Amino acid sequence: MSIATKKNTAPDPSLKIVQDATCTFCGCVCDDIDLSVKDDHIVEAKRACVLGKSWFFNHHTDTRPNCLISGQPATIADGVERAAQILAGAKYPIIYGLSDTTCEAQRVAVGIGDWIGGNVDTTTSVCHGPSGMAFQGVGEVTCSLGEIANRGDLIIFWGSNPAESHPRHFTKYSLMPKGMFLPNGRKDRTCVLVDVRKTKSAKAADIFLQIKPRKDFEALWVLRALAQGLELDAASIEDETGVPLSAWQDLMDRMKRAKFGVILFGMGLTMTRGKHLNSEAVLALVRDMNAYTRFVAKPMRGHGNVTGADNVVSWQTGYPFGVNLSRGYPRFNPGEYTTADTLARGEADAAMIIASDPMANFSQAARTRLAAIPYIALDPKETPTTRAATVAFTTATYGINTPGTVYRMDDVPIPLRPAFDSPHPSDFEVLSQLERRVKQLKAAVRIG
Amino acid sequence: MTSSLFKIAGGTVYDPTNGVDGQVRDLWIADGRIVAAPTDPTVRPERTLDASGMVVMPGGIDMHCHIAGPKVNVARKMRPEEKRVAEKVMRTATTHSGTMGSVPSTFATGYKYAGMGYTTAFDAAIPPLAARHVHEEFDDTPCIDKGFYVLVGNNHYIMRAIQEQEPERLKAFLGWLLSAAKGYAPKIVNPGGVEVWKQHQGGNVHSLDSVVEHFDVTPRQIIRGIALAAEELKLPHRMHIHANNLGLPGNWTTTLETMKALEGHGGHLTHIQFHSYGGGDGDEDTFNSKARELAEYVNSHPNITIDVGQVMFGKTTSMTGDGPLGYYLSNVYKSKWFSSDTEMEAGCGIAPIEYKNKSLIHSLQWAIGLEWYLMVEDPWRVVMSTDHPNGGSFMAYPQIVRLLMDRTWRNDVLKTVNPLVLERSSLGDLDREYTLNEICIITRAGPAKILGLKHKGHLGVGADADITIYTPHDNKEVMFELPRYVIKAGQMIVELGEIRDPVRGKTLHVSPDYDHGVEADIADWFEKYYSIRFRNYPVTEDYMHEHETIACEE
Ligand code: SF4
Ligand SMILES: [Zn+2]
Repeated sequence: MSIATKKNTAPDPSLKIVQDATCTFCGCVCDDIDLSVKDDHIVEAKRACVLGKSWFFNHHTDTRPNCLISGQPATIADGVERAAQILAGAKYPIIYGLSDTTCEAQRVAVGIGDWIGGNVDTTTSVCHGPSGMAFQGVGEVTCSLGEIANRGDLIIFWGSNPAESHPRHFTKYSLMPKGMFLPNGRKDRTCVLVDVRKTKSAKAADIFLQIKPRKDFEALWVLRALAQGLELDAASIEDETGVPLSAWQDLMDRMKRAKFGVILFGMGLTMTRGKHLNSEAVLALVRDMNAYTRFVAKPMRGHGNVTGADNVVSWQTGYPFGVNLSRGYPRFNPGEYTTADTLARGEADAAMIIASDPMANFSQAARTRLAAIPYIALDPKETPTTRAATVAFTTATYGINTPGTVYRMDDVPIPLRPAFDSPHPSDFEVLSQLERRVKQLKAAVRIG
Repeated sequence: MTSSLFKIAGGTVYDPTNGVDGQVRDLWIADGRIVAAPTDPTVRPERTLDASGMVVMPGGIDMHCHIAGPKVNVARKMRPEEKRVAEKVMRTATTHSGTMGSVPSTFATGYKYAGMGYTTAFDAAIPPLAARHVHEEFDDTPCIDKGFYVLVGNNHYIMRAIQEQEPERLKAFLGWLLSAAKGYAPKIVNPGGVEVWKQHQGGNVHSLDSVVEHFDVTPRQIIRGIALAAEELKLPHRMHIHANNLGLPGNWTTTLETMKALEGHGGHLTHIQFHSYGGGDGDEDTFNSKARELAEYVNSHPNITIDVGQVMFGKTTSMTGDGPLGYYLSNVYKSKWFSSDTEMEAGCGIAPIEYKNKSLIHSLQWAIGLEWYLMVEDPWRVVMSTDHPNGGSFMAYPQIVRLLMDRTWRNDVLKTVNPLVLERSSLGDLDREYTLNEICIITRAGPAKILGLKHKGHLGVGADADITIYTPHDNKEVMFELPRYVIKAGQMIVELGEIRDPVRGKTLHVSPDYDHGVEADIADWFEKYYSIRFRNYPVTEDYMHEHETIACEE
């Protein structure tokens, strides 16, 4: 880790500078943050946005115990033992979360899922899961974010509001950068926003198209038809989508004229009516556009390392999320093996939740089930999920206290540069101990 | 690993590097390597494996496959449908479960290679920006040693250095890049063509002298520039070339020009089968084999080595760093299509495909691959590959062995493919049969030599004790698909296809000497054009798990 001490006038010896640290708060995964650290506090986070700053500043090492069993302080060793007994003894154990931790920890967690014959699922199943399924249907034409910075001359945000969800996306990747083929930066680009409401991102756009709620699918098909030069009925198109045909035609003309067009789509598209059909339509539209010019699509993934979770689960099991290992080999069936469903149907009889808070955001049925079964939670913070856990581990925060790897929303892997040590173990350390113990218990069962 | 002595006694040994062609020998192993037999006759090994009656070879080496990294992983995600019907890889007390199909999961990849007697494999196309991803997957790919080639044929920094006629800068950058990625060799894929694809609808270059806009360079200049730099850096595997115009009728002239462009410098032309086509104008009726013309050039030019990229009939997934090729294939097959362009560096295309033995084109592709094996006179310069999974799975290697060793069977299969193949290729006239010694060369001794791996591909003193032991069988496919024992670095890892000890295996990479003065300029370049910071780009030593730096020396 390159932790340099600042060498300017009147150096404060207690101030530590970490250059090019990585923010894991959103899918932008900015790796250019200079942190100033004093007495285990981050006091400055240069270049971070408001979200990033609050992420960095609000991390104080807290004094909660490393481990609680049924709410009572316990040693990590006792916690690991209890957790291993729960997971190894369960009939339908599930592992869920994973998107807010390092790939190193994710790899061990998926391994545990394999040894216990459990169900492994990530928060992808509640955000961009539909994009993943659409992708399995039509594929995807995409690129790394630097390609957008260097070439993207028409940028369309669809159902995404980066101004609030990915604040530095405009400046770092999609609108402002002066790229190799766009020497004038913002002036060389046109930005279009398509959404059901006028969000804060509209200010950044040259053109805003406000479509009727739940009409994304229809709107995308209008564009697909226009791409092929089909004649459409103006009155019914406006009635259906809320946007006049002439505006769609104008957009299509711009799309064909663009040298390198980009559609960045968000949960406004993937989680409204139509879900994976919407994602499929956007991926198909972009594919069609490659018959006229270069065009790419990219989902605006949220949580810091949800993309890493997709990758790890895929390389170890062959499937991206919602994987069941109970028969001794991986099976994939979204809707069946996704966590919200296994809980709501009352199938899961034990769980391990890693860096996620289903007790705060799952359906009532799912929460009731989770509360009724023994489960393990790993989280740096106290949450409704950790409070009700049978075994709760307080872990160090990735990127702030622990090194490791995270994947940006465009699958680019980025290293973490921790700012200061935590008194708590990392997810990776806890999970590694747990994996060893679970393996022993399972091997004993086989022999016995 | 153990320092105790392990003896493999009485096997029929094939070790072409050391001139051993099917002689009965003992092998002695200590600390994971082959050692000399003890001179003191009273020394007894701690362990002896009786290999009498069995065939003993070095572990297999796959020098060109796609087994890890972003594009392989995307293909895994993209193809759930084929996994459901594929063989299941079950969890055991010591091994992980996994999935097969044309793109196996990481653990399954390691187990299956090892189960087939292969102990080393190289992924052939990695954008260095994704190097970290590959190292992570490699760490989850047990049982085999592995390395990867770094995509450089469309790298902007390199094209700029060529444009500005700065060979020293190119050389330093290449040295820096291979070290930063912890990669093994430079790989060029459709040099210049991928950049044109990024700039234009359906874009590509069409000949070695097409000019790449903005950079004002040609494929020929890229090939030559990198060949020269690789030679001066003394890279153990100079340059791995996927030539322009892959898969297109009439592309053989481009391939010949590519060989000539090397001007005597060392170069390895990969999956040459896909580059050996006559005919033209997209007219299926003119499609034919030019393997003979190209093989003649290879036979008379010792600077050139090849691997075949054999096509096998059935369903598979095409995956390539050749973006425009992915677009072309997805249009041909009307299939789902993935494409991803990596800033400053590379492209990528993925599409499901199926090779049918009734199709003239596919049958010819199959035949041209076999022609290549049979027409290159020197087995040290032709290597077995399917370009896994592009031509077919690595799991097809035993079948290819049988096609090469058994002329009768080959001709039987030839009768089942499109009959026009007999007119458009000379496969029917070739009666060469490979010997076991030659098979040993094209599957392990040869690739080790071409890769500059002095400790692999042979069984002499000092070699890695990566050893495969087969039970002889008349049907060579049966013999090669299920080795009796596989030993990795002196450990017994497989018996009859079952994993005994899933050792981790190590990552092989280079660390060439280069002028570090170049780094300031690269840092500027990153600041201007990359979306990640220069400091966060290199893969550092502490990030690596088991690994070995292979020396750059003559
Ligand atoms: S844009 Fe996202 S990753 Fe970047 S600093 Fe803000 S919250 Fe952190
Ligand atoms: Zn290949």
